[in-house]
Amino acid sequence: MKVLVCISKTPDTTAKIAFTEGNTKFDENGVQWIINPYDEWYSLVRAIELKEQDPATIIHLVTVGEADSEPIIRKALALGGDEAIRVNLNSNDSFVIASQIATIAKEGAYDLIFTGKETIDYNSSCIGSMLSAILDMPFVSSANHFELAGNTATIKREIEGGEETCELNLPAVISCQKGMAEQRIPNMRGIMAARTKPLKIVEPTTVKATTTIKSFELPAAKTGVKLVEANNMDELVRLLKEEAKVI
Amino acid sequence: MVLVYIDQAEKQIKKSAFEVLSYGAALAKQLGCAAEALVLGNVNDDLAALGKYGVTKVRQIANEGVQHFDAKVYTQVIAAAAQKAGATVLIFAHSINGKAIAPAVAVKLGAGIVTGASALPKTDAGFIVTKTVFSGKAFASIQIETPIKVIALNQNSFGVFPQDGTASIEAMDIDIPNPSIKITSTELVKGEIPLTEASLVVSAGRGLKGPENWGMIETLAKTLGAATACSRPVSDSDWRPHHEHVGQTGLQIAPNLYIAVGISGAIQHLAGVNRSKTIVVINKDPEAPFFKAADYGVIGDAFEIVPALNEAILKSKAGA
Repeated sequence: MKVLVCISKTPDTTAKIAFTEGNTKFDENGVQWIINPYDEWYSLVRAIELKEQDPATIIHLVTVGEADSEPIIRKALALGGDEAIRVNLNSNDSFVIASQIATIAKEGAYDLIFTGKETIDYNSSCIGSMLSAILDMPFVSSANHFELAGNTATIKREIEGGEETCELNLPAVISCQKGMAEQRIPNMRGIMAARTKPLKIVEPTTVKATTTIKSFELPAAKTGVKLVEANNMDELVRLLKEEAKVI
Repeated sequence: MVLVYIDQAEKQIKKSAFEVLSYGAALAKQLGCAAEALVLGNVNDDLAALGKYGVTKVRQIANEGVQHFDAKVYTQVIAAAAQKAGATVLIFAHSINGKAIAPAVAVKLGAGIVTGASALPKTDAGFIVTKTVFSGKAFASIQIETPIKVIALNQNSFGVFPQDGTASIEAMDIDIPNPSIKITSTELVKGEIPLTEASLVVSAGRGLKGPENWGMIETLAKTLGAATACSRPVSDSDWRPHHEHVGQTGLQIAPNLYIAVGISGAIQHLAGVNRSKTIVVINKDPEAPFFKAADYGVIGDAFEIVPALNEAILKSKAGA
């Protein structure tokens, strides 16, 4: 079985969010980059677990990014995976990125494509859904459990107020979230092995962007907290009713 | 024409639908065109009554093959219906199902999409949609460059505006593809309000010291008619189920009221809740960073404050 795991580079969860060039660009100054947590903790680690169950499984990683994405993809390879592909393109248009990954996916004839449920920078939740449309494959989103028996996958996904279990036949695209796997830390052996694993760089295909980011904006700061005495909950209830009008 | 996709489960229209209908109707008014709704499957709700939210027509594909959610099938059917109906803008809720299908429908229609939209688009020059990015820590204004546009609206970001009106109902005949998945079971957490749909949320963190102390949180939630949530350390320690975890790597929610008890307010937690309209923080540590993001704060012992707050709400309800 061949698995393709989509990896995205995102700012660390504690990164300061600021913008430059007249609020048109994310300020990368001093930002620590990480593997998007949903891609790393859930989709990549679940793929590695599948390979541990069946060593014949082949895992390829794909990322769409320029040379500054390489530390991230090497770190992902240190966790596991047989080889990586980097499409040499910097884009923030979901359709352009999904199209690049779809081209790689078609060439590699993968049985299973894992994405994170979203990236923590643009929070668009688009790539898995778009891949399924371009590749004409079944798609299960927000999966928190994935088991494979032969060609049949049993998947649990979150729904509003509960959980749904479904079965499908591969190939398929799955977007992964918490519950899929337990977070791992790369060990020294993995880090050493990652240095020699193949990292293929391919040039992008030409795809027209469907969207353009015009500007960014930071939310207005809270005007300041109004403190209520611990022994005066009647006052808090009054404020919530009459001032905030939320209860 | 603005076409609003209405999600249903178990023959019941989801709560998120009423907000996207109001949003779609407001956008149609802004563009000077009609707003219509699209429903897949049979529902028990009165579809004509959706006219209350500003749509003039409800298109329904009442076929057993679309009674249950299947992302691939729904994508094809919605795209075909949108083309047949001549929709130029499609609106989805940025809900679990909306996230699964809206981007795929956009691909099928050759449309640009903005998901996680937080307001009506600016349409005086171009078509610019504002969305939340960096888990609610910032906004981005994004121009959609294609003739057909798709928007997925953040839940609880626009509001529901019922007026007078009824909608006509039109059955649509669309080819239904074979199912791509087989749903084997659906488990709903009984009696609880789904977190992403809740307008009031009571949440607690490590300050509660252990899972045995959650009774007062559940009592307060019940009194308010609120859903319960928790911070990541609490869910990681299995004090509470994973589906209650809100934060950067858990659920991102935007209720009208978020009450945080014994949660310090790490940046990752704030990312999941900072779109809440009103935040109340109860913490014994006056230096807890959460107070900086709060509207109302109470400094003190949660084990005394939470039951007192519960009593105060009961008293207020009895008096009202």
